[in-house]
Amino acid sequence: MIELNYKIEGGNFSKAGYASSQVKKKLKQFNIASKLIKNIVVALYEAEVNIVAHAANGEIEVQITPGKVLVYARDEGPGIPDVEKAMQEGYSTASEEVRQMGFGAGMGLPNIKKNVDVLEIDTDVGKGTTLKMIKNIV
Amino acid sequence: MNLTEVVRLTNAEVVAGSVENENVETGFCSDLMSDVLTLDTDNMLLITGMSNLQAIRTAEMADIRSILLVRGKRATPEMIQLADESNMVIMETTFSMFNAAGILHAAGLKAVY
Repeated sequence: MIELNYKIEGGNFSKAGYASSQVKKKLKQFNIASKLIKNIVVALYEAEVNIVAHAANGEIEVQITPGKVLVYARDEGPGIPDVEKAMQEGYSTASEEVRQMGFGAGMGLPNIKKNVDVLEIDTDVGKGTTLKMIKNIV
Repeated sequence: MNLTEVVRLTNAEVVAGSVENENVETGFCSDLMSDVLTLDTDNMLLITGMSNLQAIRTAEMADIRSILLVRGKRATPEMIQLADESNMVIMETTFSMFNAAGILHAAGLKAVY
């Protein structure tokens, strides 16, 4: 198993996507179909942008195993008061700044769900959120 | 459609990458990167007025290699550097998004949906 860890800085949009880019480069070294890699990195990038957009800071942990890729995106952010609502396309609490970057349209979490096999959201209002994502690669 | 056609038809300037050997089958217009990330299409030209690093990151994640910046938006040096690292092409046109898309569609570039 290979494990990758990245610190994510909240609010720093110039760096948003760096971790996802590094993970993509790593995944390309393995014999994984490009479509599956795209699914994984799109989900990861959405999660990374969410951390930058909403949290003070966070971290991304990626475990690459022969059968699946497991991703944890953890943040120290505001938490999600209503997960069901956050999963609805079009619902967003993003700031104007985030929207100006081309995000914050309320598509992030639904799109993550679409791209992975398992999505678990563990959130604590006022403390933070952890996304657990699993993509089968067999 | 070869990207040299895209450049010719939209009077574009190539600011990153090389157009000669790049072909696109479809085009997609959006300033909303969230929508771009929902696509599952290969050989696509992204037509956008969103000129920032996240547009390039989005393209990188979505396996998009060709970007046409419209409305006279200019790519920043950071965008060009990132595009070069990912073997991407960035073109700039002064045409509006509607104008660029209309011309390219009429010339045979297909819609994604």
